Amino acid sequence: MKRSSKWLAMPLMAAGVMIFANRAAAAEVTGAGASFPAPLYAKWADAYHKATGNKVNYQSIGSGGGIKQITAKTVDFGASDMPLKPEELEKQGLAQFPAVIGGEVLAINLEGIKAGELRLSPDVLANIYLGKITKWNDPAIAALNPNLKLPAQDISVVRRSDGSGTTFIFTNYLSKISAEWKQKVGEGSAVQWPVGMGGKGNEGVSAFVQRIPGAIGYVEYAYALQNKMSYALLQNADGAYPNPNDASFKAAAAHADWTQSAFYEILTNEPGKDSWPITGATFILVHKVQDKPEQGAASLAFFDWSFKNGDQMATELNYVPLPDELVKLIHTAWESVKDASGKPVYTPGK
Amino acid sequence: METAEHPQTNRGRFRWGEPIFFNLTRAAAVLTLLLLAAIILSLVHGSWPAIQKFGGHFLLSGDWNPPKDQFGALIPIYGTLVTSIIALLIAVPVSFGIALFLTELSPPWLRMPLGIAIELLAAIPSIVYGMWGLLYYAPIFSQYAQPILHHTLGQIPIIGALFSGPMMGIGILSASVILAIMIIPFIASVIRDVFAVTPAMLKESAYGLGCTTWEVVWHVVLPYTKVGVIGGIMLGLGRALGETMAVTFLIGNTNFFNGFSLFLPGNSIASALANEFAEAESPLYTAALLELGLILFVITFIVLALSKLLLRHLSR
Repeated sequence: MKRSSKWLAMPLMAAGVMIFANRAAAAEVTGAGASFPAPLYAKWADAYHKATGNKVNYQSIGSGGGIKQITAKTVDFGASDMPLKPEELEKQGLAQFPAVIGGEVLAINLEGIKAGELRLSPDVLANIYLGKITKWNDPAIAALNPNLKLPAQDISVVRRSDGSGTTFIFTNYLSKISAEWKQKVGEGSAVQWPVGMGGKGNEGVSAFVQRIPGAIGYVEYAYALQNKMSYALLQNADGAYPNPNDASFKAAAAHADWTQSAFYEILTNEPGKDSWPITGATFILVHKVQDKPEQGAASLAFFDWSFKNGDQMATELNYVPLPDELVKLIHTAWESVKDASGKPVYTPGK
Repeated sequence: METAEHPQTNRGRFRWGEPIFFNLTRAAAVLTLLLLAAIILSLVHGSWPAIQKFGGHFLLSGDWNPPKDQFGALIPIYGTLVTSIIALLIAVPVSFGIALFLTELSPPWLRMPLGIAIELLAAIPSIVYGMWGLLYYAPIFSQYAQPILHHTLGQIPIIGALFSGPMMGIGILSASVILAIMIIPFIASVIRDVFAVTPAMLKESAYGLGCTTWEVVWHVVLPYTKVGVIGGIMLGLGRALGETMAVTFLIGNTNFFNGFSLFLPGNSIASALANEFAEAESPLYTAALLELGLILFVITFIVLALSKLLLRHLSR
């Protein structure tokens, strides 16, 4: 007994020393939230660590979880695909800013119809998701596509089953363009869908769409691209049919008016003939009054570095980096993130 | 406590051994009870806003509308019960057959590898069943199994309605079949083990009287092992009720009721929780999800209680 206790004590002491050492070097920033931008944040964090030696630890737990964690102050920054309304930010004492932009496309499975050939109008899309248009050869779809031979096939509507920012952006778009959708269903990360079935995650939706003939479902653009899925073109607010790509997502972001309402801006149905109609930004949340100013400063420094150096990485992963004017606005907004004495915790470009 | 009983071993430094051991084991048992109580309490506490707002209506309403903060649990409760019952209907006969073959009919050299293979099935994580089900099994199910079911069982007047509708490979029946595959290893290995402990003398006497294998199993082995067999089935049912990932991928996750057809998509409690918990923002939404968890807890408890009653009745 006595002998063995000696052997037991040594590793325990070593563990104690390690915990102590870890405490002393706590320059680590922790964030949690949205899963959509998680691959990019991980890549940024890795590059940032290599460049500066500072660590950023991001947990992809979903937007709802991100909001809860930052409200409870268990993390240094939260991340959400849904911006918080200005009054909600005020209530929780939070500031938010966009981090990166992405788009959603409608993947389809129609024999003989290739990516970008089928055209849909906002009305038609809303009626498909409301269950009012049920066949692909419906006159309303045919009128938009005089050159396509549309089959007399049932439309299988597919959507996300898990609560997700992707669903929020999609239902926000439908609420903007259809009064009936807004009144009957509304917007949210999960809603009461009138028709269709739910696949789990982007991979679930795309598996359903790829397998069920006559299916239509919304997925993130990057996902459709990587899986070589066929997608429809969608008429935008100006009546044009832009291709979904970096340029048309950027155009939507450029047309948004970011100066108002604490970045509460959802990039759906933006004006401009080049704007892709279902675009969205993903957001970062930080406390306006920082209990631990050095942690707040380190969080902002990470995003400052990423906005400067991370555009290439974002593009590689099929995200769209923020336009430069927007980054300038964000820098200005960071002045509102202060320590207890009222001094801004971080000044960009220092 | 009972130190006087073993005077020889209780001398010297071992005097305290027994009471310490007794208290340690007791602490482990009490800890389980405390944990259980803590979980129930936090489930009730967490779901209290929803219990207050919806009351008993929560159990009877099929309205699940997060943006409007309206919640009812009927659809997931229905889906949970139906998928578990169908899974049992499929898994019990198959498991019985497996156990019968392994203990009575299989050539001895095949017993070990076959038994290990079945136990390995139980070790596969459920997410793997889910992905496999979605990508490989569902297409085959929709192309072959569903048309066959529709043309055979689907033609019978009343139960025919259960096998009609769109054949997509996604829905309540698909999820039930995957569940059955997942619980077969549990039920089969328990039944095999209890079959194996039936005294050889009982069986051989029956064989000696000229009984067939079936008669021996049905009239001798099964009555002797019924308690263990039911225990195995309940183990499988418990797992089916709470299974999450595999069901999520295949059930279609639809929170509205479209008819009784088993080909239609539905939802289950565990699947709804897995899907919606991470993104539930409004306090009432979170509370409604926690109440779903509480309901699953209660359902499982009722199933366990019923099986205990059944066992007590049978062992009399």
